[in-house]
Amino acid sequence: MRGVVCKGISKTYDRKTYALRNMSFSFPDRGIVAMIGRNGAGKTTLMRIMATELMPSKGSATINGIDVVKEPGRVRELIAIVPQEARVMPWLTPRQTVLSYLLYRGFGYHEALTRARRSLGKLGIGKFENVLGHKLSGGTKRKVLVATVLASEAKIIFLDEPTTGLDPISRAEVWRLLQRLKSNYLIFLTTHYLEEAELLADSIGIIDRGKLLAMGSIDELRKKAGQQYSIRVTQEVKPRSLRGYKTTKFEGGHQLMTSEKKAFELSDKLIREKARFTINPVSLEDIFYRFAKKSIESEETSGGGDEW
Amino acid sequence: MVMKRSVGSQLLASVLVNSIYAMKNYPVMFINTLLAPFSILIVIILVSHGGLLQVGIEGALIMTTITAGIGLQADLSHLKNDMKLQDMVVSSPTTSLTYVAGMGLSELVFSAPVMAVLAVLAAIFIHPTLVQSLIIVAVMGISFIFSIVLGFVLSTFTSDVLQSWGFTGILSVVLTTLPPVYYPISYIPQPFQILAYISPTTYAAEIVQSAIGFISISTFNLAVDWVVLVGVCIALVVIAYKKALWREP
Ligand SMILES: Nc1ncnc2c1ncn2[C@@H]1O[C@H](COP(=O)(O)OP(=O)(O)OP(=O)(O)O)[C@@H](O)[C@H]1O
Ligand SMILES: [Mg+2]
Repeated sequence: MRGVVCKGISKTYDRKTYALRNMSFSFPDRGIVAMIGRNGAGKTTLMRIMATELMPSKGSATINGIDVVKEPGRVRELIAIVPQEARVMPWLTPRQTVLSYLLYRGFGYHEALTRARRSLGKLGIGKFENVLGHKLSGGTKRKVLVATVLASEAKIIFLDEPTTGLDPISRAEVWRLLQRLKSNYLIFLTTHYLEEAELLADSIGIIDRGKLLAMGSIDELRKKAGQQYSIRVTQEVKPRSLRGYKTTKFEGGHQLMTSEKKAFELSDKLIREKARFTINPVSLEDIFYRFAKKSIESEETSGGGDEW
Repeated sequence: MVMKRSVGSQLLASVLVNSIYAMKNYPVMFINTLLAPFSILIVIILVSHGGLLQVGIEGALIMTTITAGIGLQADLSHLKNDMKLQDMVVSSPTTSLTYVAGMGLSELVFSAPVMAVLAVLAAIFIHPTLVQSLIIVAVMGISFIFSIVLGFVLSTFTSDVLQSWGFTGILSVVLTTLPPVYYPISYIPQPFQILAYISPTTYAAEIVQSAIGFISISTFNLAVDWVVLVGVCIALVVIAYKKALWREP
C-alpha cells in the first residue's frame, strides 16, 4: 500500500522508558498528517523510527509498502527529515546548507545549486542566501532547514516542529507553502500549535504517554470525542437551562461541550432565557484537552503539592 | 522512476561541509591549516638535533594520518550531536560508508599542506627509493583508514560534545603519546615498551623506520608489524560495520 502504515510500534529506551506503546495507524501518500501531544509524549520518537533513524523495540512500519525496519536503504530514497533539534551549521550560508544536503542526496552540483536557490526563494529567504548561518535569526534558520528538505526530490517529508520559533507572518507563509505542496507530498509533522494542526492537517493524531489516543480528520475527532459543539456562556450566573449539566468554569463564564443534537436544543433554550452565549464546533484544543485530561488529572493528584 | 544518484556528489558534500566551506567562511580555519606544517617543522628541527631528521620527517608523515582520525572523531560528533546533520544524512540515500569516506577526505584536505611540505622534505632528506616510498605510502594509507574508522565508530557512541572530548583525550594518548614515532622504541625504558605496543601506531612507525634503514629488525618482527597493522585495520572496519550506531538501536 502507498503511504505510511504503522503496525503495533513500541519503543522502550534503556529498558525502562516506554516512549511508544503499540501504536498503529495508516495514512495515504498525499496530504498532511500532524501529530500533537504534550512534551515527552513520543512524537519525536515516532518520527525518528519512521525516518529510519531509530529502531523500534517492537512492531513494524512501511512507507509505500517498503519495510522501515528491514529495508531502510529503499525507504531513504523516498524520505527527508528535519529533526526537532537540527541546526543550521553556523559556518555555512543557506545556499551552501541546501546545496550540500542535495549533494548528499546524490544530485549533480549544478542541479543542486539551481534547486537550492529556487527553494530558498520559495521560502522567502532568497535574500539571505549568502549570509553565514550564525548571523541569521532563529526563525530564518528554521526556514532554511525546511527549504533544505523541500529542495530535494523526496516526496515524503518529516518535519519535527517546523514552525516553532517562527513569527506569526512567517508561520502563515510556511503554512501556505505546505498547503500548496500537500497535493503532491506526504508531509508528516509534529506541532504544539493546535491551530496549525487544525488548519493544515488532513489527519491529526493525538499522542499521550506513547499511546495514540485518537487519529482522524478534525470532524472525525469531534465525532470520536462525542462532542461536536461547544457552548460558552459569558455570564457569571449559570443559566437555568444548563443546570444539571457538567460544565467547565472559566474566567467570567461556563463552557459545555456536547453532541450536535443536544447543542441545538440547548441553544434554543438559552435564547429564550436571553443568556449571553456563543456556540461553535469544538476546536482541536477542546478535543485535545478532553483526550489528554485524564492523564493530566492523574498526574496532578500524584504531584508533590509544593506551593511557590 | 528511480533517480540516478552520484556517489561523487555525496563524497563532495562531506568535503564541502567539513573542510572547504569551513575554511572559506571561517578564515581562522584556513590559517590554522596553513600554519600546521610549521608546527611539524619545529618538531622535526627539535628531534633532528641528534641526527633524527629523517625519522622526524617520516614520524610526522605517520602522525599526520593518525591525527586525522582524532580530528574526525571530534568533527563527526559535533555534526551529529550539535547540528543533527548525521540524522538528516542517515535518513537520506547516503550510506554510512560514503559518509565516512567523504568525511575522511575532508580531513585529508586539512592535512594537505602538511603532507605537501613533508613530501618535499622527504624527497630532499630521505630520498627514498621507489620501494621505500611505496612502503611509506602504504603504511600511511592503512594508518589513515584505521584512525578514520576508529574516529567514526567512537563518534557514533557520543551523544554530547563532552564525551567526544573524552574520546579525543584517550585517542591522543593511545595513538600519539605512547608510540615511539619520532624516535626508535629502544629509547623507551624496558617495562614501558610493552605499553607502546598497545598502540597500533607503534607498528606503523616500526615498519617505516626499518624501511628507511633507521632501525633494523628481523624479518619475522617486520612481518608481525604488518600483520598487526593490517589486522587492526580490518578489525576496526568490521567493528565499524557491525557496531557503529548509524541507525540507533
Ligand atoms: N535517547 C533517549 N534515551 C532515553 N529516553 C529518551 C530518549 N529520547 C527520548 N526519550 C524519552 O522518550 C519519551 C518520548 O520522548 P520524545 O522526544 O519522543 O517526546 P516528544 O513528544 O517529541 O516531546 P517534545 O514535544 O518535548 O518534543 C520521553 O519520556 C523522553 O524522555
Ligand atoms: Mg519532540
